[in-house]
Amino acid sequence: MSADGSSVVSITGLSKVFGKGGVKALQEIDLEVERGEFVSLIGPSGCGKSTLLRIVGDIVEPTEGDVIVNGKPARKARLDRDYGIVFQAPVLYDWRTVAKNIALPLEMLGWDRARRAERVRDMLELVELTGFEKHHPWQLSGGMQQRVSIARALSFSPALLLMDEPFGALDEMTRERLNLELLRIWAETGSTVIFVTHSISEAVFLSTRVVVMSPRPGRVAGVVHVDLSQPRTAATREEPRFFELVTEVRESLHATGADEVEETLAAEDEIA
Amino acid sequence: MSNSVSTSAPSRRLGERIREWVPAIVVFGLGLAAWQWFLPDVLGVEDFLLPRFSDVVGALVDEHHLLLRGAWITLKEAVGGFVLGSGAAIVVALVLARWRPFGNALMPYMIAANAIPIIAFAPITNAWFGLLSPWSKVTIAAVLCFFPVLVNTLRGLTSVDPESIELMRSYAASERDVFRRVRIPSSLPYVFSALKVASVLAMIGAVVGDYFGGSLEALGIVVLSAVNLSRYSTSWAAILVASIMGIAFYATIAGIERYTLSWHPSVARRGS
Repeated sequence: MSADGSSVVSITGLSKVFGKGGVKALQEIDLEVERGEFVSLIGPSGCGKSTLLRIVGDIVEPTEGDVIVNGKPARKARLDRDYGIVFQAPVLYDWRTVAKNIALPLEMLGWDRARRAERVRDMLELVELTGFEKHHPWQLSGGMQQRVSIARALSFSPALLLMDEPFGALDEMTRERLNLELLRIWAETGSTVIFVTHSISEAVFLSTRVVVMSPRPGRVAGVVHVDLSQPRTAATREEPRFFELVTEVRESLHATGADEVEETLAAEDEIA
Repeated sequence: MSNSVSTSAPSRRLGERIREWVPAIVVFGLGLAAWQWFLPDVLGVEDFLLPRFSDVVGALVDEHHLLLRGAWITLKEAVGGFVLGSGAAIVVALVLARWRPFGNALMPYMIAANAIPIIAFAPITNAWFGLLSPWSKVTIAAVLCFFPVLVNTLRGLTSVDPESIELMRSYAASERDVFRRVRIPSSLPYVFSALKVASVLAMIGAVVGDYFGGSLEALGIVVLSAVNLSRYSTSWAAILVASIMGIAFYATIAGIERYTLSWHPSVARRGS
């Protein structure tokens, strides 16, 4: 394991079992994420990728294994507010305006009003929502809401950004636009990102590395290094290398037997 | 970025608003006309069953001293009971939501207690507080308010989207912060719908409580003694006063709700 301090997340021997003798969600996961990396976790539903993300964020506790974030146990990292999190749903509070939603973590950090206002202004500029500070979340479109959610996660400059299918509920056009925007933000802020998705092309387009997970129990089935040049643009999606990498990830996914498992899962769900 | 923004409906012209109210006003006028002429003259409804509207209004004017004094006494009982009962219910709900095992243990009894016809205790509370004490009626009103407010508030405090709580956890929020910034604001719509119900119940509790004792000038006693003296117009006038008080009480709570929940989509979309 690297101990040179460049590792933001270091996962060793991680397993997760839900319930007593219940479902094994994750098995023997080892994963290192270096500073400044953009790592996607991809896999079929039921592969535990969201659970893995929540364990890194100390929202769910692992059954076995260690998670080190910024050189400290995940719990300590959470208490130090080392990461920002973005869910598939924007999880904005209706009673707060856009500006106050973004300022929420800053309030918890005890920042004074002037400092909060300045940061909120910067964040709105970053996600291109200047002028919407006084709106309430339900007055915004889904894509705009998710941008507020990203601004909130980045407002306190966490070293690590955890994203759980943040664009999964959006239409294709919005999703592609926000992909580009996220890459710009990532480049501007220099943060490290762990990104859960079930879209192969999204994973390849965004990431420096794609971690392919197998289902039930979730394991790391393969890692694809994405050597597409930075910065990526809309044209990146048309490069031959992009298609090669998409194919590589797809084959890696199929090798996990994801298709059959998907069907088995569906059948199980029907029985249950 | 092109953004579709749904804004609240602009406040409509006064004329349009008045036109919307026309049907309701017409029905109201027809109702009064039927009361005044159709019931006594066409259907031959006797005076002791329902006096003419004009007679009730006459009694309202002639007896306004008596009625206003009674209304004031009963209103104090109702508001006192409402404040005590709802206040206690909200405090207990907060405690039960904070220490869930308590809540889970007590909840079935709370729901059962909610179904008890509390008004049946009215004669007994006189034995507790003395026949002339206003506290027996305040107690009835308070107990009537207590359970619906408790059950609804508890439901509001506990049915919060789990991701909202996960998000707060990621900010290392204390339990107190979770309550202050998430649970309490998101419970407010539940609390207010319960308070509106409670305002009606408090008025019922106070008036019915009057029938069993307490000050001889209270509004319930006015209804009762006027019936005993066959002065039906006065009874109906007192009932009319009680109804107006009930509606005003309800409207006051609804007004506070609109003001407090001005952020809520359902309130804000109605336009101001």
